[in-house]
Amino acid sequence: MIAEIGHAAVILALLFAIVQAIVPMIGAQKGWANWMQLAVPTAIIQFVLVLISFSALTYAFVVSDFSLQLVAANSHSDKPMLYKITGVWGNHEGSLLLWNLILVLFGAMVAMFGRNLPPALKARVLSVQAMIGVAFLLFLLFTSNPFIRLENPPFNGNGLNPMLQDPGLAFHPPFLYLGYVGLSMAFSFAIAALIEGRVDAAWARWVRPWTLMAWMFLTLGIALGSWWAYYELGWGGWWFWDPVENSSFMPWLVATALLHSAIVVEKRDTLKAWTVLLAILAFSFSLIGTFIVRSGVLTSVHAFANDPKRGMFILVILAIAIGGGLTLYALRANQLKSNAVFSTLSRESGLVLNNLLLSVAAAVVFIGTIWPLVTEMFLDRKISVGAPFFDAAFTPFMVVIAMVLPIGSILSWKRAKIRKTMQPLWGVMALSVALGAFVWSQDTGGRMLAPIGLTLAAWVVLGAMADLGSRAKIFKVSARETLRRLRNLPRSDWGKAVAHAGFGLLIFGISAITAWEIEDIRAVEIGAPYSVGGYEFTLNSIGEFDGPNYIAVRGEVAVTKGNQSFFLYPEKRNFIVEGTPTTEAAINSTLSRDVYIVIGDRQPDGKWTVRTYIKPFVAWIWLGIIITSLGGLISLTDRRYRVAAPSRKTTRAAAVPAE
Amino acid sequence: MKKLLILLLILSTPVFAVEPDEILDDPVLEERAREISTELRCLVCRNENIDESNSGLARDLRLLVRERLVEGDSDEETIQYIVDRYNEYVLLKPRFTGSNILLWLSGPLLMLLGGVLALAFVRGKTRETQVEALSEDEENRLNALLNK
Repeated sequence: MIAEIGHAAVILALLFAIVQAIVPMIGAQKGWANWMQLAVPTAIIQFVLVLISFSALTYAFVVSDFSLQLVAANSHSDKPMLYKITGVWGNHEGSLLLWNLILVLFGAMVAMFGRNLPPALKARVLSVQAMIGVAFLLFLLFTSNPFIRLENPPFNGNGLNPMLQDPGLAFHPPFLYLGYVGLSMAFSFAIAALIEGRVDAAWARWVRPWTLMAWMFLTLGIALGSWWAYYELGWGGWWFWDPVENSSFMPWLVATALLHSAIVVEKRDTLKAWTVLLAILAFSFSLIGTFIVRSGVLTSVHAFANDPKRGMFILVILAIAIGGGLTLYALRANQLKSNAVFSTLSRESGLVLNNLLLSVAAAVVFIGTIWPLVTEMFLDRKISVGAPFFDAAFTPFMVVIAMVLPIGSILSWKRAKIRKTMQPLWGVMALSVALGAFVWSQDTGGRMLAPIGLTLAAWVVLGAMADLGSRAKIFKVSARETLRRLRNLPRSDWGKAVAHAGFGLLIFGISAITAWEIEDIRAVEIGAPYSVGGYEFTLNSIGEFDGPNYIAVRGEVAVTKGNQSFFLYPEKRNFIVEGTPTTEAAINSTLSRDVYIVIGDRQPDGKWTVRTYIKPFVAWIWLGIIITSLGGLISLTDRRYRVAAPSRKTTRAAAVPAE
Repeated sequence: MKKLLILLLILSTPVFAVEPDEILDDPVLEERAREISTELRCLVCRNENIDESNSGLARDLRLLVRERLVEGDSDEETIQYIVDRYNEYVLLKPRFTGSNILLWLSGPLLMLLGGVLALAFVRGKTRETQVEALSEDEENRLNALLNK
C-alpha cells in the first residue's frame, strides 16, 4: 500500500510539474501576476509529493518489502540498516528518484526564498525548472519505475553490490547529485534571462549563490568518490580518469569557470553572454554525465545500468535541453552586449584567462572521454584513451592555472599596474622558488615533479595569503590595524583566499604522492619482519572474522618506526549473499604520510602476499579539496547574499524592454 | 567445516594484481616493466591497466612484458610486440598517428583558438575607451546648441 502511495505521488508530481512548466511562463509573457504566482505553490507541492514518494521507497527498503522488484533485486534482510537506507539510491531507479527529489528541492527553495526576485524572472526560472522536472519524472515513470511489484515475491533479496556497502560510496551519490542538479538552477536562470533578453549585475548576484552551492556539493561529491577509490579499490590510487569520474569532473570544471565569470558580471556588468553560455554548458555536462553513467555507453567500472531504452530517453532529454538552450542562446545572446571597458591588464582579463584555461581543460577531458566512441563509430578504429593521455594532455592547463592564479587574483579591476600588482608577490615568488630549489637539492632521484609541484603549491598558497595581507595593508599599518582590516574584509575575499589556498594544498598532495610514493610487494611469512621506507612490518597472524553480512580473513600487522608503533588489520571480505570478495586496505593516516597495507592470497608455501605502501602527504589531497569547498561556503555567507539587497535598478528596467 | 568453507572462499577469489613471483630480480628492468604496464589496458576489464588489474589475462600480459624485457627488447619493442598481438586497443595512451593526431592536438588547438578570441574580446574592451571624435553632423548640432 505504501509503495502505491509513493507511485501515485510521483504521477501527481508529474501533473503539477506540467502545470508549472506552462502556466507561469505564459503568465510572465503576458504579465499576468496570478499566473506567475502559481509557480510558488506548485513548486512546493511538487517537492512534498516527491518527498512522500522517496520516503515510501525508503520505507520499503527499511522493512525489506521484497514484493517490490527493486528491493528484491538490491537489498537483503541481513544487510545493516545504514546500507538498507543508502541502498535506496545504490541502484538506477532509486538514484533517479533521488535525482528528482533534489531537483524539486531546489525548485521549492527558489519558490520559498526567492521573494526578492522580480516576479517575471522567478516565474520563468521555476517554469524552466519544471520542464526539467517533467522530463526526468517521465524518464522515471516510463523507463525506471522503482515501484513495480512482483507477483511472486521472493523470500529474500539479492543483496547490494558489496562495493557499495561502504560509508564513502554510500554518501557519494547524494553529494554528486546535489552538485549536478544544483547546476540546473544556473541553467534555469540562464534560460529565463535569455527569454527576458536581459542579464545584469542583479541577475549574476542571484545566480552565483546557487552555482556556489552546487559547486561545493559537486566538489565534495568528487572528493568522496576519490577517497573511496583510494581505500577500497586496494592499490591506493585516487584518480583514474575513468569515464564516469570524468563525467563528474567536466561539469565541475565548467562550474568553476562559471563561478569566476559570474563575478565579472556582478561586479563589472560584462562577460554576460559568455556567462550565460557557461551556465547552459555546466548543466549540459551534468546531463551528459548522467547519460554516460546511466546508459553505460562507455563501459567503465561504475556503469551498473545497461539498458539502451534508458540511454535513448536521456539522449532525447539531452538533445532538447542542450539543443534548445543553445538555439535560444544563438538567437538572444547578441542582446547581452555591455559597454563596460577595461584594460588588457586587469582583473577582468585575468578572469577571462581563468575561463579560457578551465574551459579548454574541460573540452580536453570531454574529447578524451568520447574519443574512443567517435573513432569506433565513424572511423572503425578501436582505441583506448586512458590515464596516460589525460595526465599528459590535461595537466599542463592546471600548471598554467597555478602559475597565473596568484597574479590574476590580485590584479585590480578595470586597470592594473604591473609594478603595483607584483609588489606583494615578489617575496612569495622568491620563497616558493627557494622551496622548490631546496627540494630539488635534497631529492637525489632527480625527478623534477616534486620541485616543480612544490614550488607551484607554495606559490598558490602563499599567494592567497599575500592577497589577504595586501588587502589588510600588512607591514604598512600597525599590527592592530591590520587585524582590524582582516576582520572587516568581506567574506567573499576570505572565501576566495581559502579556496585558492586549498587548491594549492591539493597540488602539494598530488605532487608529493606522485613523486615520493614507496611500494612494496612481497610474499610474507607469518612472524618474519620486513622493512619498507624506514618502517618495520611484521605479519603477526592471520585470522577469520565474522562481519554482519560477510566473512573476512584478517591479518594483524605490527608496524614500528623508532618509538612509534601501531597495528594494522588488512582484510579480505567475502559477502555471503552476493558472493563477491572485496579487499579492505588497512590505513594508518597522519598528515605527513599514510601507511597502507593490503593483504592478498595465500601462497602454496604458506606465505601471504602483502602489498605495503608508504604514501607521503596523501591526506593533503582531500584536505585541500575540503578546504577549497570550505572557501565556497565562506563565500556563500557573504553579506551581499544574506542582506538580499539585489533589487534591479528601476531606471534600467524602464530603459530596456523585457521582450 | 567453517574453516574449510573459508578456505574455499579464499581460494576462489581472484588473484591479486602484480604477484611477488612475477617481480624481476633486476630492479631497473622491473621498474621499466611497471612503467609499461601502466600504459597497457587490461582487455577484459573496464578501464583498468594491467598493473592494477587482478584478472588472469592481465597477469599473462604482465609476464609477457617482463619476458620481452628480459629478452633484451626496448620499451617500444615490447609495446609493439603486445600491440601486434592485441591491436592498438590495448594502448591506454593512444598513438600520435592518423585521427589520433586530432585528439592529441585538441588541447593546444582549442587553446590557440580560444586565446585569439579572448584576446580579441579583451582588445575590443580596451578600444572602447578611446572616445571617437564627433561626426560633422554632431559637431554642427553641438555648435547650434552652444550658439543658441
